[in-house]
Order: sequence, then structure tokens, then C-alpha cells
Amino acid sequence: MGTIDFYLEVLIPALNKGFFLSVAIIVPSATFGVLIGILVGAGRALGKGWLSRALDLYVTVFRGTPLVVQLTVWYYGLPSISLFLEAHFGEGVRPFSELFRLSPYVAAVVAFSMCSGAYQSEYIRGALLSLKRGQYLAALSLGFSKGRAFWFITVPMALRRAVPGCGNEIIYLIKYSSLAMLVTLSELMGEAKGVASLYFRYFECYMLVALYYLAIVTVATVLLHMLEKRLARPFATGH
Amino acid sequence: MAGPMARGAPDGAPLLEVRGISKSMGGKLLLDDVSLSLSRGELKVLIGPSGGGKSTLLQCVHFLTIPDKGDVLLDGESAREMGKRNICLFRQEIGMIFQDFNLFDHLTARDNVAVALRRVKRLRKAEAHGRALAELERVGLGDKAGLYPAQLSGGQKQRVSIARALAMDPKVMLLDEPTSALDPELIGEVLNVIQSLYEGGMTMLMVTHQVGFARHITKEILFMEDGRITERGSPEDLLAEGSLSRAGAFCSKLSEVTGR
Amino acid sequence: MIDDFPQFLVSALYIVRGTGWTAALILGAMSLGLLVGMPLAALQVYGPKPLRAPLAAYVWFFRGVPILVLLYLVYFGLFTYAQGPFEGFSWARSAFSPFSASLVALGLTSGAYQSQIFRGAILSLPEGQYRAAMALGFTRFGAVTRIVLPQAARLSIPAWSNEYSILLKDSAIAYVLGTSEIMNRARSIAFLSNRILTFFLLAGILYLLLTWLGVRALRALERRLAIPGLGQGEA
Repeated sequence: MGTIDFYLEVLIPALNKGFFLSVAIIVPSATFGVLIGILVGAGRALGKGWLSRALDLYVTVFRGTPLVVQLTVWYYGLPSISLFLEAHFGEGVRPFSELFRLSPYVAAVVAFSMCSGAYQSEYIRGALLSLKRGQYLAALSLGFSKGRAFWFITVPMALRRAVPGCGNEIIYLIKYSSLAMLVTLSELMGEAKGVASLYFRYFECYMLVALYYLAIVTVATVLLHMLEKRLARPFATGH
Repeated sequence: MAGPMARGAPDGAPLLEVRGISKSMGGKLLLDDVSLSLSRGELKVLIGPSGGGKSTLLQCVHFLTIPDKGDVLLDGESAREMGKRNICLFRQEIGMIFQDFNLFDHLTARDNVAVALRRVKRLRKAEAHGRALAELERVGLGDKAGLYPAQLSGGQKQRVSIARALAMDPKVMLLDEPTSALDPELIGEVLNVIQSLYEGGMTMLMVTHQVGFARHITKEILFMEDGRITERGSPEDLLAEGSLSRAGAFCSKLSEVTGR
Repeated sequence: MIDDFPQFLVSALYIVRGTGWTAALILGAMSLGLLVGMPLAALQVYGPKPLRAPLAAYVWFFRGVPILVLLYLVYFGLFTYAQGPFEGFSWARSAFSPFSASLVALGLTSGAYQSQIFRGAILSLPEGQYRAAMALGFTRFGAVTRIVLPQAARLSIPAWSNEYSILLKDSAIAYVLGTSEIMNRARSIAFLSNRILTFFLLAGILYLLLTWLGVRALRALERRLAIPGLGQGEA
């Protein structure tokens, strides 16, 4: 097979197919990641006692261990729990124990969301802690209830401060979505590897998939910069 | 100075009454049984050394900080009895001006004024914006409505924060050193706004170090020290040349330092 | 199957001993990254203008491509071909091993990130430092290497601790090439013994421990190298 034919008929169609699966992994993972980050970040910044300690533990564990280990546990490790439950409680627990047998796709999205959420929560927490208490007090003095002051005043300010960090984290997530290949998913990298080992054209396949990721990351970076600019306000600098 | 006729409620019942407020934090007694009252249209000035409890007192009057003991009555309604749920209604009726403005720095001047109208008073957007612009006009900032706090001078920021408080139609305004964070040349514009509010009949309690301003605008000065109001009286009595009051000594020291 | 405690202990120890390879990967990649990143940063700030675009392209490439792709690209895409002519030389096997491929992929990526760290540190130094050095008669090269970089390196240590924990976690991905580090060993034991959760939890704890140790070590380093006043408050 000629080189041009190989590209046009094999590699590029395969990568395009993988691209769509990659997007289908990245978009929900990034969304859940940000949502988890907001909840956990707010809980850690404002919560007290056991709640904030439990959330700290979550963040320490998910930031302190490699994502590839987490992904392997979600996909290969959790079914051990199903086996354990079934061995101890009989087949009756099947409807429940089946919950621990995640499909590769679900395992990937869960793993990426949970890990990303831990990182995102750091940015949200930092943004919340950077806010001056005075603005919240001012809202209360205008008659806002605590909940509404938090929602209408604190959250919009914190999100603006968190956007650069959170955007960066989404860029990381895009790159690490390639790990989904390791739980049998044929996303971008999975397709590239499949074609590479079938045709023994390693350099071309891996170089091209590198360029695909480069393109996605670059486009995402530009989009996030645009969002950042749109949300930017002339904040006072210093202090 | 002759105020409008409404000044001094005819029935004699004060508009704002602070009854025996005490507050301690971290084992330190910050307020010790403080009482004061304001009639409709009256302006009282609180002076005293920093750390004497003035800011804490204002926060307690506003129930932003809940006092340990005592109560605040606004138009006869007790803040204590409003309970946690309705305390926002109480706060709505009292405007607060902070030393460092506390403007919402992600909102334009107009939206700083409008946000509480929309989210607290639930006005419609157009209505809230209209009212906000009117309030900004009132403090002389109609042309700055589209600017963000970081683009305003200190004096302009403080005037926006006054407009923001006014938009809620407060019955009383509490001003916590409204000019202390300002460069000297910007103080005048803020004091002018406060003066015109006073002339319009607003009831105010003001913490300030602007002795000259206090002297000509108020009929009663409260001197606060160590969490208690230790002296009260007219500026003539307290600040007269050769007066033996603590307030007089404090103020002459102030003007020695600042030259005012 | 692993049924008794001694056997479990042996397996666990086997995984723990993977720490050696993991540490070698991290230290190697960090050093390589330092070697690449420092001159890269200095050239980006002080170097000739025409050089800046290619340097920026390097950083853009290695920051934009997933480490998994780079591992495959370096090992299968480059090393397997490069090895060809040296077939039969005894050193070729280790020179083109999965370990050295991992080292290259991790190190070059780290170089891109470290160059950004240094660049930020250099730019945060007061400009007067460079000018004062020039005024004393330093050459451009001397001013950068003797005056600017020593200060920039100190300012970079906090960011390094971040870079370390990223490298630690990325090193686990190197298992795909067969480097016998923690993750690789945990996988083989876990799947062989069918005690998947147990051994991956062990690996996870090991990684947590290494994260913690590294952060502490770098903090100690920061304190040792600290110069009173440098990097504290406004410069």
C-alpha cells in the first residue's frame, strides 16, 4: 500500500473515528470535573469539621496518585468488589454488585471526572479564599440572605478568578484522555496504536496522532483564552 | 444649621434605638453595654481611638455581627425578634458604608447599585437599571455607570457605594470611616455627598476622624473608648478650646497630626 | 494465587522495590528537563530573536502532546528504527531500552515545562540585576549564568515541587513500555494473583508516600538555599 493511500484510506479515517470517541470522553469528563470541583472546592473553603476533612482526603488521594492507577482501579479493580459481594451474599446481590462492573467508557469518564474534580477544586478553593470578606459583608448589609449573597456575589467573583486555572486543568484532561486506550477504548490514541501495530508504521501513526492532540489542545487553549477575555474585568492589581 | 421640619420626630420616639449592646470576641470584651438612639433626620458622630469598638458597634447595630447581649430597634421593631430568617429584611432597611468600599469588583458601577435591587428586591432588570442610574446621578456619577470599580478613583468608589446603599431606600445609614481610605484631595467630594444626604433628611450614624466636618454637621458627638461610650455632648461642649474632655484631647491630637 | 501472608509480603516487597526504577525515572527526567529547560529559558529571554520561534515551538509541542503518545513515539517510532544499525553492539540494548525511551519522553516534556518555570522566574527578577552585572563588566553569558540563573533557580523551587509530583505520576504511565517501575510491577502481581484491588491500593499508597516525601524534600531544599529577602514580598 502506498504512503498516500495509507494515510487517506487507513490512518486518517481511523484517527477521525477515534477523535469522536475522544470528544465523547472529554466533554462529559470536563463538565463533571468542573461541577465536582465547584462542590468540593466550596466545601473545603467554607466547610468545617469532618466535611472539610473528608474532602481534603479525597483531594489528597486523587491528586497524590497517578491517574493511570486510578483508571485501572475503576476498571479492573472494582469488579473485585462484585466478586466479593457475590461470594459472600449469593447471587441475590447481583443487581447491586453489577454496579461495580463498569464499562470501559463509564470507567474512563468516572476516573477522569473524579481526578479532574480534585484538581479543579483546588482552583475553586483558592479563588474563594482569595476573595475579600468585605464584599460578602457588603452584600449582607444590602439585605442579601447568606445563601443568595454566596450565589449572586461570591460565586461569580470566584469563578472569574478560577477560570484560568480551571481552563488549564481542562487542557490537561484532554491530554490525559489518551489513557482511555489502556482500558480498551479505541479513542484517538487507541486507534493510532491499532493501526501502527497492524501496519508496522509506528513513527507516522504516533506522529500524526501527536499532531491531532496538538491541534485539539491548541484550539481548546484559544477557546479558553477567549472565554477568559470575555469574563475578564479590570480587577485592581496588587495586594 | 436649620434642617427640614421633619427633623426630630414629633412623638419623641427615636427611629433607631440601640439598647445595651455587648459583644466579646476571642475572650476580649469589644463592646460593653453600649446604648444610643437616633431621631429621624439626626446625624450623630462617633469618634475615638482605633480599637475602641466603633466598627464593631456599627456591625452590631446592623446585625452583621450578632451582639451577645442587647438589642437594636428600628422604628420600634426589634432585630432580635426578627430571628435568623427575617434579619435580611432588617438589614435592608439600614444602609452601610464601609471604609474600604467593598464594591463588587466584577460588576460595573451601575450593576453594583442594581444587583441588590434585582436579587433582593426582585425588581425587573429595566426598572433596577433605571433606579441605579438615578442613584448614580444623585452622587454625581451618572457618566461613570459603565466603569468597573478598578477604573474609578477612591472617592468615586465610595460615592458608588453610597449610591448602592441609597438604592435600597434605607431608613438609617451607618458610615464606617467613609473617608479614611481616601487620598486627601478626594475626601471633599465624599463629604459633600454626605452633607447633601443630611440636608435631605437622612438619619445617619457616622464614624469619622474628620473633626472639622463633624464639628459643623452634628449636634451630638459620641466619644468611644475601650468598648464604651465615655462621653457625649455637643461639639461646642466637647471640643471647645481648653475643654478638659477626653474627646477634646483626642481631637486636638488628631488635628495636630493631620493639620485639620 | 496468593493465599498466605509470607507470599503476600514477598509480592508487596517486589512492588515496593519498583520504587528504585520510579525514582530513577523521576530523577533522570528532572535532570534532563533541567538541562533542557534552563538554557531554553535563558535563550527565550536573552537569546537572539530568530531563535525564539523554534524554541517556542518546542515548548508548544511538548506541552500539547500527551505523555502516552510521546512514550510510544519515542520508543516505537524512533528507538526501534534507530536501534537497527547498532544491532549486535552490546550497549545498544540498554541505550534503546524502554527505560531510556521513557527517560527521553519524560525528560523532554519536563524540559518544556521547566523552561516555562525558569522563564517566569527570570522575568520576575528585577531588571536591574542583569544591568548591574553588565555594568560590572560581565559578558552577556556571564551575567545570565552567574547572576540571573542562580537567583531564578532559587525562585523556581516551589514550582519544581509541582513538577516533581507531575513527573511522579507521569512515570507510572511508562509501564506501557515495560519499564519495571511501581505501576508495572503492581499490574503484573495484581493480575497474576487476581487480587487486583489489594495491590493497586498498595501502589496508590506508595505513590502518595512518594508525593509527600518529594514535596518535603524540596521544601527542605528551598529552606537550605534560601537567601534572605529574595522572592519575599515586592522585589
